Amino acid sequence: MTTPTFGRLTDPPATVLLIGARLIDPGAGTDAVRDLGIVDGVLTTAGAVPPGAERIEARGWVVAPGFCDLHTHLRQPGGEEAETVASGTRAAAHGGFTTVCAMPNTEPPLDTPARVTAVLAAATDAAARVRVIAAATARRAGMTSSDVTALLDVGAIGVSDDGASVADPDVVRELLHALGPDHPLIEHAEDASLVAGGVMRAGATAARLGLRGWPPEAEVRIVERDVALARATGGWVHVTHLSTAAALDVVRRARADGVRVTCDVTPHHLALADDWIGGERTFAWEDPDGEPKLPGAAYDGTCRVNPPLTTREDARALLAAVADGTIDAIATDHAPHQQHRKLVPFADAAPGLIGLETALSLGLAAVAAGRLPLATLLDALSTRPARLLGEQRGLTDGTAADLVAFDPSASWVVEREALASASWNTPLLGRKLPGVVRLTVANGRVTYRS
Amino acid sequence: MISVPVVAASERRHVVDVEGWSRGEIERMLDRAEEMRAARASRLYRSLLEAETVGLAFFETSTRTRISFELAAKALGATVVDLQASSSSLSKGESLVDTLRTLERTGVTILVMRHASSGAPDLAVRSTGLRIVNGGDGTHAHPTQALLDALTLRERFGALDGRLIAIVGDVAHSRVARSNIHALQALGARVRVAGPEPWIAGFESWPGVETATTLADGIRDADAVMTLRVQLERDAAASIGSLDAYVDAWRLDEARMARWAAPDAPVLHPGPTNEGVELTADLANGPRSLIGRQVENGVPTRMAILATVAGAV
Repeated sequence: MTTPTFGRLTDPPATVLLIGARLIDPGAGTDAVRDLGIVDGVLTTAGAVPPGAERIEARGWVVAPGFCDLHTHLRQPGGEEAETVASGTRAAAHGGFTTVCAMPNTEPPLDTPARVTAVLAAATDAAARVRVIAAATARRAGMTSSDVTALLDVGAIGVSDDGASVADPDVVRELLHALGPDHPLIEHAEDASLVAGGVMRAGATAARLGLRGWPPEAEVRIVERDVALARATGGWVHVTHLSTAAALDVVRRARADGVRVTCDVTPHHLALADDWIGGERTFAWEDPDGEPKLPGAAYDGTCRVNPPLTTREDARALLAAVADGTIDAIATDHAPHQQHRKLVPFADAAPGLIGLETALSLGLAAVAAGRLPLATLLDALSTRPARLLGEQRGLTDGTAADLVAFDPSASWVVEREALASASWNTPLLGRKLPGVVRLTVANGRVTYRS
Repeated sequence: MISVPVVAASERRHVVDVEGWSRGEIERMLDRAEEMRAARASRLYRSLLEAETVGLAFFETSTRTRISFELAAKALGATVVDLQASSSSLSKGESLVDTLRTLERTGVTILVMRHASSGAPDLAVRSTGLRIVNGGDGTHAHPTQALLDALTLRERFGALDGRLIAIVGDVAHSRVARSNIHALQALGARVRVAGPEPWIAGFESWPGVETATTLADGIRDADAVMTLRVQLERDAAASIGSLDAYVDAWRLDEARMARWAAPDAPVLHPGPTNEGVELTADLANGPRSLIGRQVENGVPTRMAILATVAGAV
């Protein structure tokens, strides 16, 4: 294995021949082993690659369309000690992502066209395409809606007050009218009045640990409200980081009724569970090991996240809903934080964990456990989220190369030195995970290679 | 036969909780506490911990637990430093971890800590090289209280196998209750928790624990009744209506004990009591009361724990 290198979207387009890879294109429904050529950044048959071009031995690797993350915190502006557009997009490239959607809860928030434009400008030479989700309300204060038309005009793909719900239903209605059917209100579904200081999912583990419980009704209530408003307005609600089986049922019923509601789930709500806060470290689809935990294992601030890690039962329901297609996408909610914001008592820890670089590996662990077909995982990471943004994904000859190549049988250890993110707040630190990304190509440019 | 890794008592460098402790480990700790009671009188172990510096960091106020630890450490010859947590650098904005690391650098080897946040001792274990003894964290654990309660009950009953111990009051917010459940179950006792519904919320799913929402159901046939402090300082009664309503329905008195509990069932309380709220003064000071004995058992139990984490046993 060579030392990892990163590229930029402004680099010259690639010309390379990948030999013997397994090509999975979920959009086209194809899965075949063959050679894949890239000439000047465009996919082509092997025969069209010039004889002198680089040849990469790719037998055993999987090649899939580039991943698309609907929920990324790049922390720029205002949180550059934790992450920047540059470091966050390198983390994306390392994780196989070619597109990330930057969340607007920066400091100041992305609530004006100028601030949206500034992030887009900072990303022109990044290691992944950056799309911007603008703030839904001025200063993210929830009181008055942003100037949606102006924000969409400069390229925002939708709006969100992520970190909180839009509390006022009149503001939600107004936003849905202004956004129309083609741009989503991306909702962090959490009724603050029901949460009332809860820091982990309510239930047996919270009772045992003596931590205040976060009731699932907090999520359900906002999803129900937003579904009703989407139905009434014809607008599009996208529920991000869905975490409860009960809210999932609301979404499922609404979609059956033809309401425009889509949703994503994070890798950590699929693979981790609330008992990780007690020191458990088995995946959600496994049985807990049931062994006493050593002092120091529990209450790790890196397990604090909003919405909180879910129960094993709900995590399994969410994974089943990815498998059956109810959930549109796996989105990371990559949330970098400096260590001093995590090295505090659990309830005081800043919520969120990094996810771009471990998303594929957690998904592959679920695939290895027989819980998810590989093509479905790749569809939920690439083609389906990209389609929500109007981006094309595929491995068709003649289109721009936008892909990830990974070795599913190799593994890596999550450690600070192995991460491209400027932060390392993840409870997976020190853990060996399956799946190593070998090559990421975004818009014809090599953005990551190892 | 599945082999389960067991942490031997002599290897235990920290006491964060008694969750996961085997019956044997708890029994050995109680035996050691008995030994310490005798050793304290004979001053046999007066130099046992002379190489240790025990720091007392009570970030939440305490009188009896702090004094009990101080006397225990001094009885074993340790140097004792009392961090005046409320007036320390913590109130000047220094983080908890920085404060603990500073204590470590100044030479503290064993830190007894109490903190208002559940899990703070785990953080201390993770982020310092100190040996940590939990003097109570948030609503999570109070292992030394559970061990001295177990010692008190063992003195009374001999073995606890099959004994029904009722824990009454604001269980949901009680670290004493949680640690007692772990210790008592490990010792073979049945545990029932009882209180107004909001005060036992979440415990229905606790493995092996019975729940009750009336005092009669709560203490019926109980071999011992442990009543918990109503935390008036955080307006605990607001969640259940009023303090008067609690007193009417839940206050322990001799008549209620005589009517429902097992004959001669003793009464315990972790202190400090709100006399007339959790129980009547007559009951607290009468023949059923083991409250004084609990206090007496505090120092030898904590001597045993300090000696254990010091590796001096």
